[in-house]
Amino acid sequence: MKWDTCDASVQYLLHLGDDALILGHRLSEWCGHGPILEEDIALSNLALDLVGLARQYYQLAAQRIGNGMTEDRIAYWRSDREFRNHVLVEQPNGDFGDTMARQFYFDAFHFLQLEALQHSSDIELAAIARKAIKETTYHAQHSSEWVVRLGDGTDESRARITASLAKFWPFTSELFEPSSVDRAAHAAGWGPDVASLRGPWLDLVQEVLEQAELQLPEGHAKLLRGKSGIHSESLGFLLAEMQSLPRAYPDATW
Amino acid sequence: MAPSIDMEARFLDYVSAENKVEPKDWMPDAYRKTLVRQISQHAHSEIVGMLPEANWITRAPSLRAKLILLAKVQDEAGHGLYLYSSAETLGTSRDQMIDDLHTGKAKYSSIFNYPTLTWADMGAVGWLVDGAAIQNQVMLCRTSYGPYSRAMVRICKEESFHQRQGYEIMMHLARGTKEQKAMAQDALNRWWWPSLMMFGPSDDQSPNSAQSMAWRIKRKSNDELRQEFVDKTVPQAEFLGLTLPDPDLKWNEERGHYDFGPIDWAEFFAVVAGNGPCNTERLEARRSAHAEGTWVREAATAYAAKQAARRAATAPTAKASAA
Ligand SMILES: [Fe+2]
Ligand SMILES: [Fe+2]
Repeated sequence: MKWDTCDASVQYLLHLGDDALILGHRLSEWCGHGPILEEDIALSNLALDLVGLARQYYQLAAQRIGNGMTEDRIAYWRSDREFRNHVLVEQPNGDFGDTMARQFYFDAFHFLQLEALQHSSDIELAAIARKAIKETTYHAQHSSEWVVRLGDGTDESRARITASLAKFWPFTSELFEPSSVDRAAHAAGWGPDVASLRGPWLDLVQEVLEQAELQLPEGHAKLLRGKSGIHSESLGFLLAEMQSLPRAYPDATW
Repeated sequence: MAPSIDMEARFLDYVSAENKVEPKDWMPDAYRKTLVRQISQHAHSEIVGMLPEANWITRAPSLRAKLILLAKVQDEAGHGLYLYSSAETLGTSRDQMIDDLHTGKAKYSSIFNYPTLTWADMGAVGWLVDGAAIQNQVMLCRTSYGPYSRAMVRICKEESFHQRQGYEIMMHLARGTKEQKAMAQDALNRWWWPSLMMFGPSDDQSPNSAQSMAWRIKRKSNDELRQEFVDKTVPQAEFLGLTLPDPDLKWNEERGHYDFGPIDWAEFFAVVAGNGPCNTERLEARRSAHAEGTWVREAATAYAAKQAARRAATAPTAKASAA
């Protein structure tokens, strides 16, 4: 299967699905290890929502590809060079502050992205977005509350969340740099011009940081091209683990 | 003042008449102690029990399986919460109970000290371990302590999904390739006996059983529950086409039950004593999650206190300006 030459709408769905799957997978690594029971449950909820969302995108993509394509073939049989998620979402969990900083940046972007996708000219995509935005609104609220709580908690938590926000800041630039697929999707009316989301995103982020009296991090944008399949070294390990069973038993169904 | 014999006798009459005991009711100290021990041990089992299954969430072989397993393990966290809350109604804090787990003072179900080695273990654990737990929990829905009984009713509703998802995994494997079937049989071989041990030692070996029965905390003996479980599970294994690893297992027409071979209690006591394959890892995982979460919990507490102080400081001003 040549993933990068398939239909543009399929490639766009894969990009959207990959963000959801990879971040959902990362969050699921927390299960059983959360800082407090209530938060263990909350992190699992995020993971459930995101993996569930990935399935919807992949199922639609599989249907459009036809020829017996399935969501699982899309998830388990592509290599890291064929994944189209942002490099931000594949970053390892780190401590709870890192996980929340990564989530906070992504949730704000994801919310704006879904807001636009609700009005997609691709009506099946719009239907997925309309359902997902409710969950994502809650996700954004949850991560914002934690950024405020950690920022305005103890000296230690303030230092830690400040460091985590700075650590992931350079990864956020990729969210707003259109890939060729983003451009095609925008031209066709399927999705937003991602560059135009930067302003509203900064407003959302800044509003929360101000509540916690935190500064907007400084630092340069990283040169990142996850959306074109050039990932960080961590994605290969994530996929090796995630895909291990189907690849070890290629004839099996589960 | 020591409670009179009269109070104890009246309490016994009260629970014998199938009345529920509520947090503010008078209860014998020993009843309270037994319950705190049992409910907290039960809560710890839910939480430690997340670990062997969480071990496979990131390797679930399909997206659907990943969601189901994650939802299942998340349910167990919820069960832990209900149970800690119901134990707290007896006057012991969740922090105290968690401390007792981490220092090794409190126990959790020994079954979770076995490793989950293949995907088939997710099937065997759901089918057998949750299955055995259900046997016990259905009985506990009618336990005499109200908050415990109500927690159990909520938990039992979710548990049947747990067992079904486990059995479904086994079914897929048993109907699958040769390797998948072998994987299922191997998991069954490893989990069968430890599952039977989950009900605890035989009745003549369990010193607290009789008292718990009299107080209506327990309603059935360990051996009765174990027998029910065997009788229920044998046909399920047959339906899968898998063999239970017990040469002595056979239907006893006269008893109307399956006979089964002797349980290796030496193994059970070795695991309880801390020498199971994963005791150290399980406890270490819980301790380190708790330790690494300390700064987060402290931050949440500090923030809540600041917010409360801010509200207190601004409330009168707001009133004054309104007036
Ligand atoms: Fe449970
Ligand atoms: Fe369960």
